[in-house]
Amino acid sequence: MSANSASDLPQVSDRLAKNAMRHVSERLIESVLFAAAAVSVLTTIGIVYVLVTESIHFFQNVSIVEFLTDTQWTPLFDDAHYGIMVLISGTLVSSGVALAVAIPMGTIIAIYLSEFANPKVREVAKPVLELLGGIPTIVFGYFALLIVTPLLQKIFPELPGFSLLSAGLVMGIMIVPYIASLSEDAMRAVPMSMREGSYAMGATKLYTAIHVVVPAAVSGLAASYILGISRAVGETMILAVAAGMQPNLTWNPMEPAATITSYIVQVALGDLPHGSIGYQTIFAAGLTLLLITLLFNILGQWLRRRFREAY
Amino acid sequence: MQPMTTEQIRVLIARGKLKDTVFQALGIICLAIGLLVIFLLVGDMLMRGLDRLNLEFFTEFASRRASQSGILSAWVGTLLVMLVTAAAAVPLGVAAGIYLEEYAKRNWITDIIEINITNLAAVPSIVYGLLALGIFVYTFGFGQSILSAGLTLALLILPIVIVATREAIRAIPSMIREGSMAVGATRWQTCRYHIIPYAMPGILTGVIIGLARAIGETAPIITIGALTFIAFLPPVPFTATGMDGASAGLFDWVMSPFTVMPIQIFNWTSRPDPAFEVNAAAAGFVLMGMVLSMNAVAIWLRYRMRKNIKW
Repeated sequence: MSANSASDLPQVSDRLAKNAMRHVSERLIESVLFAAAAVSVLTTIGIVYVLVTESIHFFQNVSIVEFLTDTQWTPLFDDAHYGIMVLISGTLVSSGVALAVAIPMGTIIAIYLSEFANPKVREVAKPVLELLGGIPTIVFGYFALLIVTPLLQKIFPELPGFSLLSAGLVMGIMIVPYIASLSEDAMRAVPMSMREGSYAMGATKLYTAIHVVVPAAVSGLAASYILGISRAVGETMILAVAAGMQPNLTWNPMEPAATITSYIVQVALGDLPHGSIGYQTIFAAGLTLLLITLLFNILGQWLRRRFREAY
Repeated sequence: MQPMTTEQIRVLIARGKLKDTVFQALGIICLAIGLLVIFLLVGDMLMRGLDRLNLEFFTEFASRRASQSGILSAWVGTLLVMLVTAAAAVPLGVAAGIYLEEYAKRNWITDIIEINITNLAAVPSIVYGLLALGIFVYTFGFGQSILSAGLTLALLILPIVIVATREAIRAIPSMIREGSMAVGATRWQTCRYHIIPYAMPGILTGVIIGLARAIGETAPIITIGALTFIAFLPPVPFTATGMDGASAGLFDWVMSPFTVMPIQIFNWTSRPDPAFEVNAAAAGFVLMGMVLSMNAVAIWLRYRMRKNIKW
């Protein structure tokens, strides 16, 4: 008995020590994992910090009023003008063309997949859409420049080799999978009983889809459209390849124009010294881009809260 | 309301059914357009680039003469950048996912991290390029290297990896955790021996989709100022000194200048000489092959996973 307890004692303290060690290492692992999760927050802080500090340098040289109201964008010329509206117009026109394609097509595909298609079709269609969404944007740029533009020139002979129209159309095709997939998720989340109620009243599938399912899923649809808008506004390579890169204050999609994103690419391709005013313009342009996407995201979250249907 | 005759009701039903059919056709057409775009793209690039798709194309550097240009530096660069991206994004993303699912308490810090990850997914990729230009290239002094590019793309795909990890972990029933804890395992041991292995296929799917996205990203890499004309390969570790004593050379390649496939394609598409279009097509076909096969592997993995689920 006494021999036993004597040999037990060191074992117990051993185990206690081991327990304490375990406790320490558990805490250590938890903080390492937390640090990994915090990287995403650091990324955001880094983005805001970089864009804001470089933009402050920029706005010390250029007044905000000039930035917002000037109708020319020629930061690299001797007679420098810094009118961001020139780039914003290109961004808005190309995004408008893209959304005019992507929103109807995406919504139709979503309604078809969630309300009409049988599960087998859906099993095949969703991966195909995913593949479409996974195509690199540079390849889409090639597609816009070398396939879509020549096709469009057969319809509109006066269309130039670079245009917002062909870039926007291809951008629309690129965004379709995002909108279709998110909208379909939203519509499939609508409870079956609502559809059954509608069918019981004698409504057809299409009538049910448009008058029951879509209104019930409207907050999800809005969210998918907002994501589509963010994609369109932030898309770079299709525009850099197919829309030309000359700044052009226009609302006509048949013309070539630079967007915020393609301007950044154009400057980055050149060899601008770190700290020059030209170098700072791309951060001011980037900040504008971030603010536009942020604006749409806030709008999207507001829409979602405003129209959320609870069952 | 006038009661309808049988004939009128029949007409009404027929009209409703017709509308249903028309809409179904519309849905199928929209889906077919997506499929058509993929076929048109791949087909066109294959037709145009077929002449150049031989072994020399993969073993030659880019050249001023279109017919002698190859993609050696581009595919090697892509491979190495992906290596850095995976090495950074996988541990960080998986750790962050585990933290958020298994460790995080419901408090405002967790809320901020979660909102932040959602918002980061909507930030345009070119903004990550600006972040990298300001932080990695100039503040950390990594320069226009493979390391800068790899880390940039890692930050870009981090939200994808985190979301995939969380979804995979969430699908594991809580009885697995309870069983493990009941036999005295700590939280980390539960994660290490149960959660991570079971979540592995899901995590892998997310990682592959993330890397497939990163491989085609062009804008952020152009923004950090990657050169477009590279006629050399990054230094191979141990080449000069053999297997021993050359540890200094092991990571020399991460600081090397580089080019990647999408930049090579962009470079070739933006040349006025149409002879380079052929090269762009061939390189685009190779890039599409990489991206589509990675996506296909991910889709197949997910399909197998759904079939092999054990609980």
